[in-house]
Amino acid sequence: MTGDPVAGASVVRLVGLEKRFDLPNGETMTAVSGIDLELQRGEFVSLIGPSGCGKSTLLRLIGDLTQPSAGSVTVNGKPAQQARIDRDYGMVFQAPVLFDWRTVEENVRLPLELTTYERGARDARVREMLELVELTDFARHHPYQLSGGMQQRVAIARALSFSPSILLMDEPFGALDEMTRERMNSEVLRIWEQTGITVVFVTHSIPEAVFLSSRVVVMSARPGRITQVVEVDLPRPRGVETRESRRYFEKVTEVREALRGGEGHRDEAIPSLERAEAEGLIG
Amino acid sequence: MRKARERVIHYLPAIIVGVAAIGLWEAIIRGLDVRAFILPAPSSIIRALIANWDTGYQIFPAAKVTLQEAGGGLVAGALLGLLIAFAVARFPTARDIALPIGIAVNAIPIVAFAPIANHWFGSQSAYSKMAISAALVFFPIMINVLRGLTQVDASALELMRSYAASEMTVLRKLRIPNALPFFLTGLKIGTTLSLIGAVVGEYFGGLNVALGRVVVESASTLSFEVTWAAILVVSVTGVVMYLVVAGSERVLIAWHPSVRGERVA
Repeated sequence: MTGDPVAGASVVRLVGLEKRFDLPNGETMTAVSGIDLELQRGEFVSLIGPSGCGKSTLLRLIGDLTQPSAGSVTVNGKPAQQARIDRDYGMVFQAPVLFDWRTVEENVRLPLELTTYERGARDARVREMLELVELTDFARHHPYQLSGGMQQRVAIARALSFSPSILLMDEPFGALDEMTRERMNSEVLRIWEQTGITVVFVTHSIPEAVFLSSRVVVMSARPGRITQVVEVDLPRPRGVETRESRRYFEKVTEVREALRGGEGHRDEAIPSLERAEAEGLIG
Repeated sequence: MRKARERVIHYLPAIIVGVAAIGLWEAIIRGLDVRAFILPAPSSIIRALIANWDTGYQIFPAAKVTLQEAGGGLVAGALLGLLIAFAVARFPTARDIALPIGIAVNAIPIVAFAPIANHWFGSQSAYSKMAISAALVFFPIMINVLRGLTQVDASALELMRSYAASEMTVLRKLRIPNALPFFLTGLKIGTTLSLIGAVVGEYFGGLNVALGRVVVESASTLSFEVTWAAILVVSVTGVVMYLVVAGSERVLIAWHPSVRGERVA
């Protein structure tokens, strides 16, 4: 799309990002706070953390589906809103969000109908996308006729059809069984390697995050902050052997400990409280 | 056709019970010697229907007139309901004005306005019956379409937002297809209502060749088997109108959970 940066350049830049929500009871909830992060072109970055840590909020901030309370989101050198208008984002949600009244191929064509995508080239592009997700035989089917995993593949084909520069995925395989999920993980990696797209992937599965990512961003809950960024330098292409390798287990452990580290902070609060009590500062 | 056979088997119990009930009806009338002006036997109703098909009370031409009135009312009411639903869905202020008024109007027994409609549009005119029909039909269609236009999956709206789609595009690609099954539900309810509106409108005056008039006039001369025959034709007309809409559902919204078939994968 417009303003395509060169390989390795910054695609997403988050500076001092904060998002607060006004609750109905008049209180303010800080969903994410103090987020500084930079994503390079072609990276696969996972956001992981306990539920309620604001990882989905962070993804939605990047995609301009919600606006920050403070800080800035720069995508391809533009404000997030401009990036959205320029159709730089492909979105995949936890639910496939396919339109029931459209066939599989019509669903994949939807974004092409909304953009200036050349009319004559649309059908060819749809076919290409269905080949990419290996659903060519199901082009004329309706979404309800497909399994959950296949529906999510249609959603991925739709998200990629108009060649966005960033793919935002919000727990896309959270509703799938473990077997299907592992297969979808490999599929996503294959597609990522084929297209070279930048991916931001929200998950609460540690193995999934490690298997997929070049970097895993570990977040803590309330307010959501980045506690650690784990580099995953496992060799590519990754496959079944990756999941069984020693390095993979080490990385899984590293991410797990980073997640626990976030909890550890809270544990430390108790001794310090006791100390404060002992020193007669409070209570 | 296996499908046709399956369907016959599916409806067989209903057919058997229905036929048995009519048989029982006939038997009771004959067995207890019930007088015809209390409750005529099914056989004499059918005889009256045949005798008055296009002569005498002219039930068949009357049915055509009533069907036209009901059909006209249904179309007019549907258009009105659609128009208001779109306006209300688009402009929140319109919702605050139209919804309370719509609910208040719907609470009025609209058939009570039949004499007034006859006065306005002329008791001999089909338009007065259409007006009653339309007034009955518009509300369920408006409410259903409004629901279809506004009850849209939040993620689908976010998806459209991520495409930077305009409100018009969201309406065309998402809200209208989403509202189609709701509209057809409203239309199904509307078929019955439109017929009620037309027949009740005719009770208060109109051309003699109309089902409502046949009901009123045959009853006034105690020819109740003709009254029953006319009621039978009204209900068959209603069923046919309903089936036409239900059949179009199978074509228009084949993808909808209420209509669709099995998964293939």
